[in-house]
Amino acid sequence: MAIDNEKGYMTQEELEEKGILLTSLDKLFNWARSWSLWPFQFGLACCAIEMICTTQARFDISRFGYEVFRNSPRQADVMIIAGTITEKMRPSVERLYHQIAEPRWVIAMGNCAISGGPFVDSYAVVPGADDIVPVDIYIPGCPPRPEALIHGMLQLKEKVNSPAKVRFKKYGK
Amino acid sequence: MENKKKYQEMLTGKFGDNVVINAEKPYELYANATNLLEIVEFLKTEGLNFLADISSADYKEFFEVVYQLYSFDDSDHLTVKVKLTHDNPQVTSLTSLWETADWLEREVYDLMGITFINHPNLERILTWEGFEGHPLRKDFVSKSGRK
Repeated sequence: MAIDNEKGYMTQEELEEKGILLTSLDKLFNWARSWSLWPFQFGLACCAIEMICTTQARFDISRFGYEVFRNSPRQADVMIIAGTITEKMRPSVERLYHQIAEPRWVIAMGNCAISGGPFVDSYAVVPGADDIVPVDIYIPGCPPRPEALIHGMLQLKEKVNSPAKVRFKKYGK
Repeated sequence: MENKKKYQEMLTGKFGDNVVINAEKPYELYANATNLLEIVEFLKTEGLNFLADISSADYKEFFEVVYQLYSFDDSDHLTVKVKLTHDNPQVTSLTSLWETADWLEREVYDLMGITFINHPNLERILTWEGFEGHPLRKDFVSKSGRK
């Protein structure tokens, strides 16, 4: 059956004027996800201390809805890699990333997780988390302050919320 | 201090040239590698019955394995060192005297490449499977992953 546009289908703008908000399920889900990211705590080194501070009263990441740190990959959305990844840890990081249910995101927190940091020339250190898993947000610092982590989480929120913008920044269309 | 002198005298009396002592350093002695087991066994019966640590050092021409013995009864401590050749570093395992020597010796084997004879399970303990070389050796060339 052919759809006849002449027979009074309203545009979205017209519907909004009448108080009806139309959205796609994807958009609704992304909006919901972006406000309740459950981090998978991955404290590998000293950055974990700043991550812990971020959850405590002074910085209070629960203001944003991100306070539910999980110990299991099955319950988490975003993996915060906080610290140096050693070669011996590499298989665990990879496996735990794959055990997180999609959609999943990765934050590389601190210089070590970004590029190996001061230990990059060591025989036992992985030169950055993006060697193993796709990283969404890089937070530089040694270690980054809690404000930086919060800023990173908000950037991730932006990314989750607007896939079109991300696509445009990445591919230019 | 008196106690420590005593160990040195006891050992030189019993083992003669197999023990090298330095009078200025009463808390340490060098043992002959082939006689290590009996020397340490003797020290264990004499009260130094706790093996605190095993470590090693690379002096390029030779290796040294360092044993830290401790006595809780006398609050006493003695360092026993063994010199090994660089080409074929081998020494008797102390696992027959202390169970804890198992992992300590595996660590030394892993990082310095010193073979412990009669060790029940001489495998790498810190580095991962398939790792080549012994990273604490002076001639170890580290591969950087820098991008």
